[in-house]
Amino acid sequence: MTAALQIDDLTVHYATREGALQALRDVSITVPEGKIVGVVGESGCGKSTLINALLQLLPENATLPAGRITLEGEDVTHASTRRLRQMRGQEMSVIFQDPMTSLNPVLSIGRQMRDIQYRQPGNRTEKDRRSANMLGRVGIPDPVGKLSAYPHELSGGMRQRVAIAMAALMRPRVLIADEPTTALDATLEVQIIELLKEIQREIGCAILFISHHLGVIAELCDRVVVMYAGVAVEEGPVEDVFLRPGHPYTIKLIECDPGRLKVRVADLPSIPGSLPDLTDPPAGCIFQDRCERATEICATPPPRAPQRPGHWAACHHSGPEGS
Amino acid sequence: MTPLLSLRDVVVEFPAVGGLKALLTPPEKRRVRALDGVSLEVTAGETLAIVGESGSGKTTLARAINGLVPLAGGQVTFDGTPLHESPDWHAIRRRVAMMFQDPVGSLSPRKTVRDLVLEPFAIHGLPLKDRQAKAVQLLEDAGLGPDFLNRYPHQLSGGQARRVGVARALALTPTLVLADEPTAGLDVSVQGEILNLMNRIKADHGLTTLIITHNLNILRHIADRIAVMYLGRIVEVGPVERLLTAPAHPYTRALMAANPEPDPTARRERIVLKGETPALNARPPGCEFHPRCPVARPDCATRIPRLEPATTGGQVACHYPLTQEPAPA
Repeated sequence: MTAALQIDDLTVHYATREGALQALRDVSITVPEGKIVGVVGESGCGKSTLINALLQLLPENATLPAGRITLEGEDVTHASTRRLRQMRGQEMSVIFQDPMTSLNPVLSIGRQMRDIQYRQPGNRTEKDRRSANMLGRVGIPDPVGKLSAYPHELSGGMRQRVAIAMAALMRPRVLIADEPTTALDATLEVQIIELLKEIQREIGCAILFISHHLGVIAELCDRVVVMYAGVAVEEGPVEDVFLRPGHPYTIKLIECDPGRLKVRVADLPSIPGSLPDLTDPPAGCIFQDRCERATEICATPPPRAPQRPGHWAACHHSGPEGS
Repeated sequence: MTPLLSLRDVVVEFPAVGGLKALLTPPEKRRVRALDGVSLEVTAGETLAIVGESGSGKTTLARAINGLVPLAGGQVTFDGTPLHESPDWHAIRRRVAMMFQDPVGSLSPRKTVRDLVLEPFAIHGLPLKDRQAKAVQLLEDAGLGPDFLNRYPHQLSGGQARRVGVARALALTPTLVLADEPTAGLDVSVQGEILNLMNRIKADHGLTTLIITHNLNILRHIADRIAVMYLGRIVEVGPVERLLTAPAHPYTRALMAANPEPDPTARRERIVLKGETPALNARPPGCEFHPRCPVARPDCATRIPRLEPATTGGQVACHYPLTQEPAPA
């Protein structure tokens, strides 16, 4: 069975004055049909670069020295501009973090939704009916009336619902969600998570869900990829990774989330140190400078150490106690 | 014991329409109430966390205390000084320090870290015998080495910029610190460091702090009491553990339950609130929460609840507060 989205050994460099900044190094992610895969990582881990690479919308100073991205078996990395334009929005679409900036403020919702359907058959009335139908399904009251509304007339949560409706309108095979709940309040965040689950069930698409919020990933995803400084350090089923993390970075990251500490502690955990310089990353393990388990062997590239079935951690000393 | 800070029925209004359009708008619609009758007391030495969603008035509350927005009604008293009757803000702000939300944005990009941490002394005309020693010591208290002195804000990470903000706020040894979202924009791995720093400083200097946050996960570790705001009003105040485990206001309960936990086995059926927070200029009559409330009764739409003592401790503004433990999560 081919995966909905397959990323193999993706490497992205940015040309800077200090030299090539290695934003992504050998990242491989598989998103199976109909599954929700989460990518979790902190600032600077390469989340945004990953999305831009998937859409082939990288800035001009970016190069792709290695790697391949395939969408339902079709190579995206070498697709023509014309073919890419067909894919974007129809076969893969994106829900961005801030719905205020991803919607055009001077066009009505209806106009923007009609524009997405430019390749579809049917006249304006039919397209509007399709749009209104989708708006209704994402829980927007008075969908027909909302077609003539402008983005600023809607609240933050409603705007994000519109963005989801637009992303789902063409029934894409892959939906990429870039921190879609970060700009929203807690009570809206859970509404949007529930909505994404529903939409996924309904149109049967695969979702690549990118977030820095461990709680949201745990709630929504089937599998999770943990990224640190441009490298995928661990991957596995959500339950496994969160309950039995193998990579020292994942272990630390989960410990740091104060949400899991049910009693008051005087000393909250943190990860000392800072991200390595990506123009000159350390040889071997990317996390070695901040890792308590680091030894000499960490200067050599870490293996993908298997943890449990379908769960690996890129570490010489992986596992609950290290080895 | 008299509280260090007390607010009584504080009202803050902002103009809703300006210019000629205001003439065509009925007077009651020209202004919106960002704070509508907020009463609160903060005891010396405690940490009170203000929680609530965007637009609930958290930041406006801090700005009203520090005189950055004028009061349209009510009284604020800080350490015996009434702040609502033209006080000497310059003198007050020496004792009430503010930490603003955006760690990098609240630092001038053209000043070095040295100038930034010494700026409060210049503003208040306080002479310093040894500028270098003072700057080094302030940075050290905030956990930064002297090699940061000559850096500019763009050369700092979010966590480091936040530490400079802490050093600035503490420069004049204030009595009260107003911290607006101290963890906003910080990664989880850094957030712990900053909260530890604030906890340590609070213990060392006996500071009173008012922390504004929407990060519910950190509440237990930093706050003694919590005040929950909704649409410019306080709906519940009380000890942190009580509010987290047995909230009396339906909104508090929904808010606490809405917090996704990093534990995949904890996926649970929760009360997902319908709809969104109404706009301030369309405040529902009666209890402002009743259109979204899962346990609202007919009279909630007509009677405005007052903040009254809750049976389980603290105060709650609800006609039908939740009494028993919430349903098993």
